[in-house]
Amino acid sequence: MKRILVGIKRVVDYNVRIRVKPDHSGVVTDGVKLSINPFDEIALEEALRLKEKGAADEVVAVSIGPADAQTQLRTALAMGADRAVLVTSDAALEPLDAARVFRKLVEREQPFLVLLGKQAIDDDNNQTGQMLAALWDRPQATFASKVELNGAALRVTREVDAGLETLEVDLPAVVTVDLRLNEPRYVKLPDIIKAKKKPLEVLDLASLGVQPKQRLRAVHFAAPAVREKGVRVKDVNELLAALQSRGLV
Amino acid sequence: MNCWLPCSRGGWSEMNSVFIIAEHDGAKLNPATAKCVSCAAQIPDSSITIGVFGAGISAVAAEAAKLHGVARVQTFESPAFAQPLAAVLSPAVAAAAKGFSHLFAPSTTFGKDLLPRVAALLDVPAISDIMAVESPTRFRRPIYAGNAILTVEIEDVTIIAGTVRTASFDAAASDGAATVEVGQVAQSTVSHTRLVEVAAARSDRPDLQTARRVVSGGRALGSAEKFRLIYDLADALGAAVGASRAAVDAGYAPNDLQVGQTGKIIAPELYVALGISGAIQHMTGIKDARTIVAINKDADAPIFESADFALVGDIFELVPQLTAALQSRART
Repeated sequence: MKRILVGIKRVVDYNVRIRVKPDHSGVVTDGVKLSINPFDEIALEEALRLKEKGAADEVVAVSIGPADAQTQLRTALAMGADRAVLVTSDAALEPLDAARVFRKLVEREQPFLVLLGKQAIDDDNNQTGQMLAALWDRPQATFASKVELNGAALRVTREVDAGLETLEVDLPAVVTVDLRLNEPRYVKLPDIIKAKKKPLEVLDLASLGVQPKQRLRAVHFAAPAVREKGVRVKDVNELLAALQSRGLV
Repeated sequence: MNCWLPCSRGGWSEMNSVFIIAEHDGAKLNPATAKCVSCAAQIPDSSITIGVFGAGISAVAAEAAKLHGVARVQTFESPAFAQPLAAVLSPAVAAAAKGFSHLFAPSTTFGKDLLPRVAALLDVPAISDIMAVESPTRFRRPIYAGNAILTVEIEDVTIIAGTVRTASFDAAASDGAATVEVGQVAQSTVSHTRLVEVAAARSDRPDLQTARRVVSGGRALGSAEKFRLIYDLADALGAAVGASRAAVDAGYAPNDLQVGQTGKIIAPELYVALGISGAIQHMTGIKDARTIVAINKDADAPIFESADFALVGDIFELVPQLTAALQSRART
């Protein structure tokens, strides 16, 4: 069975305005909309396209989170994943612990490809894929903007600071995806109904033999410094004068 | 040299030793490395070592040795390191970093790709995008696209690994004279990852990441041809060119010009945003800019909330005026 594992993280929705709690213990997440991390949606879309091309037989969506992260896994199933696995953890795992969980699932599922978002839009760490590749001792291709299967290898175009870079990696491999890889499909109503019947397995960390080490402690959350609002200038001459006064032209 | 034991003595009497992974293209040191040095220098009683991994790197090592505050440069040469592949470099970096108290790399696509892989090999967590040092074990970093700032304490590790947000630190000066040593390298056995090609944008303009001035265009430009306006003004100002995600997605500008949360995070002295609405993800990329100028025909565009100088109007009219005015100044 040619299998792709896709990571699905539940995060505060892209459009929610983030507010820091008054006691600085975190950001406000009560009552805010929660969604699949947008990069993970792109990862899932890519997995589904590979399956539709015949390159994979099964797409498995994996999440680590509280029990109600099942909602986001159901969305992944409605998009087209064949089955889902939720590893329950009430505490947010740091990336190395998340990578250890994925490593255990890789052992169990034997995928030829693990597709992950390049980062989650909550903690913005951009680490889990690279760490999984290290623990698994397999190739990594981060910031992917194009993925092509080429026999037993994968050609991945990466968006790097200098421009575009193409890697060829042997499989199995870990690929983390960037924004321009694809546009995820919309979920249709019949698919939501079908998704309810798809298998969703719930595991806990202990059953996978993972004991989180959690060595990063969040001490304080603050709102960022706000830029002061500037002045309106009425035309190009006034703008140039203003820039000159700051020694910028 | 390990002269520091984490978390076991309840004090920091011993010296901290920081190992910085140099970023370079084989010929020149990337300025991001000098910013990592400034970050490392903020760790009290720190001794700074720069590790240069590559093939044919003596010029890069000499450049690194000049950075102010650096005690030592170590070179790790191997033909296998000619391309910066994380899977190939990470075992060598992990071996070289053993015994240091801290391991830093710049928070560029190079550092973000490599550092977490090294950290996992060393069985330690990593801290992404360090923007401030509060103590040898306590750092500040942006989360939620910079909409919150997290202070994080790292505990119970053999080495503190992290990437440094380059926009938060000035480059260290080049007035030093560190010693250069040759480090030990084991033969790389990794063959599962191969570089096929690099399509790097060649440009005579200043580099976006490090330019003192940047002119950026947004979706309002309307086409790749009209994006010419941005280049013309950038040339008149001696500035680098940037673009919003919307402009890149629309194909008006290449991806490596994207400024923002998922593009480049920059801190120029002058940032000129033309026809950019100012989505929060874009603002994340420029919040450390010294002066922001915005021209937009929508008087309610969010960018005006953060702009030092705001001009409401049509970019197709105003930008050529601005370019012409700057060109005529240059002639006089």
